Amino acid sequence: MIRGLVAQGINGIIQVLTGARALWDGCEPSAHRRVYYGNHASHGDFVMIWSSLPKALRPQVRPVAGADYWNRDPVRRYIISRVFNAVLIEREAHKRTEDPVKTMARAVEEGSSLILFPEGTRNTEEGLLPFKSGIYHLGRECPNLEFVPVWLDNLKRAMPKGRLMPLPLLCTARFGAPIALTEGESKSDFLARARDALLALSDDPSATETGLSGEDTTEATMATKPANTIEAGTLIGTEQAGRKREGA
Amino acid sequence: MMTWMEGLSDAMKLVVGVGGVLLIATLIAEALRLKTRGQPSAVIDNLVARIRAWWVMAAVVGLAFACGRNGVIALFFLVSFFALREFLTLTPTRKADYWPLVAAFYIVLPYQYWTIHSEWYGMQALVIPVYAFLFLPILASTGGDTSRYLERTAKIQWGLMICVFCISHVPALMNLSIGGLDPDIERNLLLIAFLVIVVQSSDVLQYVWGKLLGKHKVAPQLSPSKTWEGLIGGVASATLLGAALWWITPFSPLQAAGMALVINIMGFFGGMVMSAIKRDRGIKDWGHMIEGHGGMLDRLDSVCFAAPVFFHMTRYFFSSAV
Repeated sequence: MIRGLVAQGINGIIQVLTGARALWDGCEPSAHRRVYYGNHASHGDFVMIWSSLPKALRPQVRPVAGADYWNRDPVRRYIISRVFNAVLIEREAHKRTEDPVKTMARAVEEGSSLILFPEGTRNTEEGLLPFKSGIYHLGRECPNLEFVPVWLDNLKRAMPKGRLMPLPLLCTARFGAPIALTEGESKSDFLARARDALLALSDDPSATETGLSGEDTTEATMATKPANTIEAGTLIGTEQAGRKREGA
Repeated sequence: MMTWMEGLSDAMKLVVGVGGVLLIATLIAEALRLKTRGQPSAVIDNLVARIRAWWVMAAVVGLAFACGRNGVIALFFLVSFFALREFLTLTPTRKADYWPLVAAFYIVLPYQYWTIHSEWYGMQALVIPVYAFLFLPILASTGGDTSRYLERTAKIQWGLMICVFCISHVPALMNLSIGGLDPDIERNLLLIAFLVIVVQSSDVLQYVWGKLLGKHKVAPQLSPSKTWEGLIGGVASATLLGAALWWITPFSPLQAAGMALVINIMGFFGGMVMSAIKRDRGIKDWGHMIEGHGGMLDRLDSVCFAAPVFFHMTRYFFSSAV
């Protein structure tokens, strides 16, 4: 009851603060077991993905979180474990009592979908950090598991790492087409493919399509280049500038 | 008492008028939809969505008017907030701009509206052009990041000027003392109605004229759907509308036409400038909050440019107060 309210409260804060716009470009919400993997810049990230999902699906979607960080005090522990029912894994090898891949695989076998951030930590720079190999091993443990890339836009600006006060900037979660580990695919191939699939979502190909909203767009094919080509990656937030198409 | 009664009845006439126009628009759109039955048309769907959004916008503005002075200030505070967030979402800044952004959203924006609430005209005109202009770059420089520094500070200052400073001139009209009297809220609300109705009608009429007759593009690089036919037809008809609305203003019919002409032209150029920014950023709409229209700024770009000019012309020529 209280957990539900706290979850709704946190969800509400994210919605009001960021506009939490979800674009289902490559797939539809589904009750299938999935791993949603995204770029990681803020603590709002997993809430953003979580609240993009239909309400009915949320209880079976569990974020994967670093135990060392989230167990540091009772409030964090309550939120991550009780409210969001997270799968906690130990990031530092010497503290591990169980292989994190096993922990995640067990959650998947129990019927949960997961939200995880393969960069392993919040990235304060542009683009993506190298992926940790966890998603590859998880794919091996759980064959046929779908991995859905989710590009999270602007949370880096809205909730910067280490800042207490969030900024009310609009944020978007863009869901791409699922990928799966193929027979005999090597670790580096799969990680590269997963990373590319995620990065591809940061660069919106639909920016020059004719849309339906706005006076200027009803008949115009726009003669513009996406903003990304103008300032390729030099400024935080360029990724979202080329955005337009609204998910169905 | 007498003026208050008159104001009220004028306001009621205006409500009936706006409702009637929207009703006619709805009927036309539905008739068009019936006519094209079977063939889904993007243009008509968009038209229907836009008209529906107009009903909502008219209702929201009407409700704020009914709540009086504080309602209108609160409404435009929110409008500024949504516009600023759209603007700054789409104009990238860097990590070092965190504190200027915090100040923009949490200090400058509320303070600007506070100056209007407290009728502090001097500060209303200074907060953003002077104090924000000086202090936000100071804050940005403490971040220690010089890359694209001028561009970043310019973006934040521009966002504040357009979304907060300019838009705040709409509710600021309530503070004007027309003809040496203390500000008469009822009459001044009608001044706001005049500005908003004329400028927004100009947008709509430019769109309609452009759709009907548009051939020659004004500025294909900036805004492919703006045509000379739309511009001239729209501005001319909205100017006539402004003249026809003289009875809700302190202006004579001719003065009302002049005012309407100026704000329509400013509104047109506002749309142009904001289009240029959108094209530069590679986007088509500022946001998504108003269905069929795009974002708050897509709907208000013309008002942003018209409001300060309208405010100062009215203040200079018709207000005797300080």
